[in-house]
Amino acid sequence: MAELLFEIFSEEIPARMQAKAARDLGQNVQKALTDTGFACADMQTFAGPRRLTLVINDLPASSPTSLEERKGPRVDAPEQAIAGFLRGCGLASLDDCEQRQDKKGTFWVAKIEKPGREATEVLTEIIPQIMADFPWPKSMKWGSGSFRWVRPIHHIICLLDGVVVPFEVAGIASGNITQGHRFMGQGSFHVSSFADYRTQLEGAGHVVLAAADRKARIESQISDTCRKAQVELVPDAPLLDEVTGLVEWPVVLLGKMDEAFLDLPPEVITLSMAKHQKYFSVTHAKTGKLAPFFIVVANIEAPDGGGAILAGNQRVLTARLADARHFWDMDRAQSLESRVDALKKVVFHQKLGSVYDKVKRVAAVAKQLAPLVGADPKLAERAAWLAKADLTTQMVIEFTSLQGVMGRYYALADSEDTAVANAIRDHYKPQGPTDDVPTDPVSVVVALADKLDTLVGFWAINEKPTGSKDPYALRRAALGVIRIVLQNKVRLPLNDELRSFFHDRLKVHLREQSIRHDLIDAVLTDSADDLVSIVARVEALSDFLGTADGEQLLAGTKRAANIVKAEQKKQNEAVFGEVDVSLLSEPSEKALYVALQTASTEAAKAIDGEDYTAAMAAIAPLRGPIDEFFEGVMVNDPDPIVRQNRLRLLSGIRAALAPVADFDKIAG
Amino acid sequence: MPNPAQQPLSFQDLILALQTYWAAQGCVILQPHDIEVGAGTLHPATTLRSLGPKPWNTAYVQPCRRPADGRYGENPNRLQHYYQFQVLLKPSPDNLQELYLDSLRAIGIDLGLHDVRFVEDDWENPTVGAWGLGWEVWCDGMEVSQFTYFQQVGGMDVNPVSGELTYGLERLATYVQGVDSIYDLAFNNTGVTYRDVFFENERQFSHFNFSHADTKMFNRWFADAEAQCGILLEQNLPLPAYDFCLKASHAFNILDARGVVSATERASFIKRVRDLAKGCAEAWVTLEEPANG
Repeated sequence: MAELLFEIFSEEIPARMQAKAARDLGQNVQKALTDTGFACADMQTFAGPRRLTLVINDLPASSPTSLEERKGPRVDAPEQAIAGFLRGCGLASLDDCEQRQDKKGTFWVAKIEKPGREATEVLTEIIPQIMADFPWPKSMKWGSGSFRWVRPIHHIICLLDGVVVPFEVAGIASGNITQGHRFMGQGSFHVSSFADYRTQLEGAGHVVLAAADRKARIESQISDTCRKAQVELVPDAPLLDEVTGLVEWPVVLLGKMDEAFLDLPPEVITLSMAKHQKYFSVTHAKTGKLAPFFIVVANIEAPDGGGAILAGNQRVLTARLADARHFWDMDRAQSLESRVDALKKVVFHQKLGSVYDKVKRVAAVAKQLAPLVGADPKLAERAAWLAKADLTTQMVIEFTSLQGVMGRYYALADSEDTAVANAIRDHYKPQGPTDDVPTDPVSVVVALADKLDTLVGFWAINEKPTGSKDPYALRRAALGVIRIVLQNKVRLPLNDELRSFFHDRLKVHLREQSIRHDLIDAVLTDSADDLVSIVARVEALSDFLGTADGEQLLAGTKRAANIVKAEQKKQNEAVFGEVDVSLLSEPSEKALYVALQTASTEAAKAIDGEDYTAAMAAIAPLRGPIDEFFEGVMVNDPDPIVRQNRLRLLSGIRAALAPVADFDKIAG
Repeated sequence: MPNPAQQPLSFQDLILALQTYWAAQGCVILQPHDIEVGAGTLHPATTLRSLGPKPWNTAYVQPCRRPADGRYGENPNRLQHYYQFQVLLKPSPDNLQELYLDSLRAIGIDLGLHDVRFVEDDWENPTVGAWGLGWEVWCDGMEVSQFTYFQQVGGMDVNPVSGELTYGLERLATYVQGVDSIYDLAFNNTGVTYRDVFFENERQFSHFNFSHADTKMFNRWFADAEAQCGILLEQNLPLPAYDFCLKASHAFNILDARGVVSATERASFIKRVRDLAKGCAEAWVTLEEPANG
């Protein structure tokens, strides 16, 4: 077993590409080694701003010997043919061959032993190839070379048990030299093993090798800093990952923000810090309000304790926030109302017109839908009319993700109704499966109207999602409608053309909630319109089937259905139709008939009243009569008329349960 | 600010220091191109010279005009006319990052005291069909330069690759001098500020760009420049042709600032300029190829 240490040292690798690059490196090396007969299990990869590193602890020094068999001519073939075969196999005589018999006769089979290959030799072939084929999202050439990498490469370490594996990539010979931190490291150094590499790198080199370690250091320094300053971090996981990829030696510094900017909306400050400056923001531990500080993760331990770094960063932040303040002031100088007209110039979709056209439609729909959720139609219409007006504000042009959020602030500044302002912010919700669903009636109406307009519009121009392609996020819009409708119990009639799309999205949504899809199928008919009642029925059904009555009843219906199906197939009998009461003779069949009538009537009544628990209670008593029927009655009566009547009685079970669910579709 | 013991460089000394530094690295120190451009990259010493096989190292200051960025002198960080310091090294040397960092040292920035970072930023200029990979260089959170390895210019792959460094001089100087407004920069060491030199220029040109530029005339100029460029390309004269491509581009920028260009027209204008630039680049490469040289 040998240790392989491989490092590619380059100019700064984009932070967002590092983690995947480490994974790709590991997978591709693993695959190439497996393909060449090397088995190894103990591998680690690392990625940072200037290096990709791979270490394998258990690389066999050579691959195992393998035996190849090659079938030759028949033993009675001419000598020339046999000699030719031996030459082709590189064998001197027939001593290394054996005779083997099959249907066509006896043949010579050569056994060629292929010696294993040295790891060094194989590595000199596979590593340059892996580098040449590396799947960077974007790669480049540099200088006069033609090799492509994410950024120019400066050194390559490739050591097998401390000995250089010699190859050349991009005009750079592999060796045993690397560098530490750009400013805090002490130039180039030689390494002899992974342990030595890591010790030097993390010591005098001032480079924390593993991203996980850098991240942990950042997190612990941030929490120390926050504790001392009595503030709390506003968590931002993507930002944390990004800064982890921007530093080799993380140093967390707490900077002061000019308090005068605290009158800006906190979302603006936090976003401006994160997006432009890669700073974290913090809140006062006591009040939860934004505190006038920022956290920056520097890449250097400066002799002045970071004073100069903070002074510079503070000045930049002041300029950024001054820009934001300028946008905030300019934007508020004009009412949202007066901005609606400018939406005529904002294209929604070439075939669906401008955003102005859209808000006009949405406002009309919102006014109509308002009574369904008990919202004031005037407020709903107003909110829809203003919902997109912030798209023309400078703040939203600068920070697209603040759409809606800024609209709310500007609406409040214009003294719009609070419900209107909130709806402007919340009508984009829910943005994803984990985002909150709006619950305020006006917000609910505008959120629904906006999404439905989008869906109906794209359906009309035949831009439906296909396969994995959903460029207008229509599935997300439909899921949004479903979640809003379900959570707020909105009885929303569905558009005919969209109904089956909604049914599909509903199934996906319910499956994610771990609701059995056979139960959904059992309840969902093609014309089912009311998502709220579908879900209520599915839930009631699911509860019922969990009881002993439900379980037994399901078993009974299955048994009945199987008999009906078998007989129908066998004799092509008309098993469906009215039961002839006069032909019922056995007490248990009479009892079943009566029970079915009662259950069916009661269940239908309960369904009409939307009392699904009562509907289940209505069908529950069928369990006994069905079981007794099977015990006491012979379906296969010698009289074909009686038999047909009993089959009709059995098929009547499914019919009687139909208002509740199609029991045939439930998995038994 | 970078070195408190020493007086920070004035705006003009900063330029002189960069010129001296890059001259010592073997660069040809050029003067600005005498046509309005939106970026230092558009100087033919970069756009055209980055094409073809011949080595070429240059550094120069280029005044840039971005009519739509005018703020009447009221915004401390935004100007419609400003300076870039541009360096082009072809082929890009292996130690380009080190050379760049030394240039920061040369203007007085102590790299042991400050936090310099190379943050991914891929550069693209669709009007000349150019793109490259590289970074924004951050110093204590301030973007002080753009660092790019050109990959394509005029829609053509470059070979060898040029390394391009662009320093936004006003922004770099505010950092070096520790002032909040560009207008407060010391232009020299005898008390002349950037405000003294350029405030009135910003105010007047903002009025011109936004209100008084004759759109009919600039539309006509665009068409004339485009036609002249085409004629020159037919004569295989890419250098003067390229000048007219730049004139067309500036005319478009003015029209854009005047707000008379719709979204669809905009795309069409950009494509027309790109076609001109592409024609110039192709003609230049043909002349530069060794077989023709």
